[in-house]
Amino acid sequence: MDAFTTPLLAGTAAGALLLIAALGLALTFGQMGVINMAHGEFLMAGAYTTFLTQQVVTNSNISILIALPAAFLVAGVLGLILEATVISWMYRRPLDTLLVTVGVALLLQQLAKDIFGAQGDPVETPGWLDGNIDVLGYHWPYRQMFTILLALACLAALGALLKYTSYGRQIRATVQNRDLAETMGVATRTIDRVTFFVGSGLAGIGGVAVSLISGTNPNLGTTYIISAFLVVVAGGLGQLRGTVIAAFAVGIVTAFFTDWFSSSMAQVLTFALVVVFLQIRPQGLFTVRTRGLA
Amino acid sequence: MTALFKSARTWAPLLGIALVAIALLVIAPSVLSPFRLNNLGKYICWAIAGVGIGLAWGRGGMLVMGQGVFFGLGGYAMAMHLKLEAAMATGGPDAIPDFMVLYGDGTMPGWWEPFRSGPFTLVAIVVLPALAATILGWAIFKRRVKGAYFAILTQALAVAFATLLIATIQQTGGFNGLNQFTVFFGYNLYDPANKKMIYSIAATVLIVCLVVVWQLYRSRFGELLVATRDAEERVRFLGHDPANIKLVAFVVAAIMASIGGALFAPITGIISPSDVDATASIFLIAGVALGGRALLLGPALGALAVGYGQTMLSESFPDQWTYFLGALFVVVILFAPSGLFSLLPRAWRAASGLIGSRRVQEPTTPQPQQEVPA
Repeated sequence: MDAFTTPLLAGTAAGALLLIAALGLALTFGQMGVINMAHGEFLMAGAYTTFLTQQVVTNSNISILIALPAAFLVAGVLGLILEATVISWMYRRPLDTLLVTVGVALLLQQLAKDIFGAQGDPVETPGWLDGNIDVLGYHWPYRQMFTILLALACLAALGALLKYTSYGRQIRATVQNRDLAETMGVATRTIDRVTFFVGSGLAGIGGVAVSLISGTNPNLGTTYIISAFLVVVAGGLGQLRGTVIAAFAVGIVTAFFTDWFSSSMAQVLTFALVVVFLQIRPQGLFTVRTRGLA
Repeated sequence: MTALFKSARTWAPLLGIALVAIALLVIAPSVLSPFRLNNLGKYICWAIAGVGIGLAWGRGGMLVMGQGVFFGLGGYAMAMHLKLEAAMATGGPDAIPDFMVLYGDGTMPGWWEPFRSGPFTLVAIVVLPALAATILGWAIFKRRVKGAYFAILTQALAVAFATLLIATIQQTGGFNGLNQFTVFFGYNLYDPANKKMIYSIAATVLIVCLVVVWQLYRSRFGELLVATRDAEERVRFLGHDPANIKLVAFVVAAIMASIGGALFAPITGIISPSDVDATASIFLIAGVALGGRALLLGPALGALAVGYGQTMLSESFPDQWTYFLGALFVVVILFAPSGLFSLLPRAWRAASGLIGSRRVQEPTTPQPQQEVPA
């Protein structure tokens, strides 16, 4: 039973982390066609915010609760700056946004190296998250459960935002038909900024969860960005449920592959699986139907 | 007059290639020190891969972010042969590479065995990447996966490839890669004359690649490729299969990257995961973007420039190189998306406008529309 529960539970937690990272990506990609390769670095910014909060508020039980909104703000503002200075110049050139943000990612990584050092910094786990619960022979750390709860909370908040608020309605309208939404009086450019802020902020929250598991590291973003993008690709655009299913699927499948073979083999196999999956559903799991040809 | 102009347009590229050939094959070897010449050889290897990226990305619209994989396939194929040659030179025909004794159990995996043969290695350098690119390209293009999806998939491939290499230390040398080559197809690698010969081979290969893409761009295929980039659906409506057109460009690009990698191993004396991973692939793209992705000479000259820049900046500011690379991406893509060399004609027009020659303004060609995946 242990050989089954361990990868399943650990994989679910990894999937939850991927979900937080991929939600923001799917949002900006689906709405604006912007591929933000610096998204991983926003994750890193969230992790360093957690680290800095712990330097100021030394009681780790409380500091983590301050770190969550702080990380959301820090990453969100970084996202706003990126949108205003770089990305707003290049709408309708989606592939180019990919390259520009690769450049931004390199800059942010080096910046983190210069400020915090090339070595990672440890983040103290708060007392109420230190410990584990025995599930069918697997000592399931509270931290992993916390990640899952955090992901579900983010998902619920984002879902509520999209479904019940006027912002959410305008975001959905912009995703479905930007020109028509504009004709109906939606300020699509403002909506884009809101989306970018929320999407980047979610990455910051993901960074808090990452820092609890592996501490901080200047290269932390590169570890997650590719898997997160694979999730977006496999999940399809414009609907949250595709991202949710794909995130947990990728997380769990990778965990099982790691358990059966090795972590490097798991990466290769997961990649192969996504390519095979695209043979069956080239548009991902779910997608918003449009009448466009492209 | 028009006829002359037309023929100038046709032959100007050849003149450009000839100038590059003279600079690399005649001037550089007589001016540069052996050390600098070897460095230039390294940039040339990147440029060879860059020419392929120009074909796939500039003309074909496929942002190939994992060319390091194909660079690595060729590089490792060549390095395996050189490693075996070095071992056999000292330890007889059954000798195996030193690191396998050091890290492994002293036995050689069976798939290394054919690389003892030089001709097999040369064939493998072309066939391996062609095969890999065909399988991957077929799977992706036939299902009409394109745009950013394609870019992400290729980058994920590069990440997986490098991870796999690092994990298989007993078979591929792991993080250290393969190094300490002594012999190159019978020629002693420590002899400066032989090093110069390998440089000349690399420069010649680059010129050949430039001629190949020049002819491809002139051909019907080249026009179809650009048409596919700009309006894939229309090409499909006209009865062509865009998947096949893209596949050919992708495979040619992969082969060029592989040949570049194969020459990289003997020139630098090492091939390691850091030469072929996602960052290395992005580095390859940087040169192409700088020089001008859709131009004939742009990708090659851009790759040479970025390679030179990396050496210079790393020598004087070792830690700042990443800033430069990052800033380069942002500035070039934002302000000169068609590359630096595409600014030259514009500057020329501006200058001639200042002098006062009045010309009818050229019709502005529409920007190639990159499609947003639905």
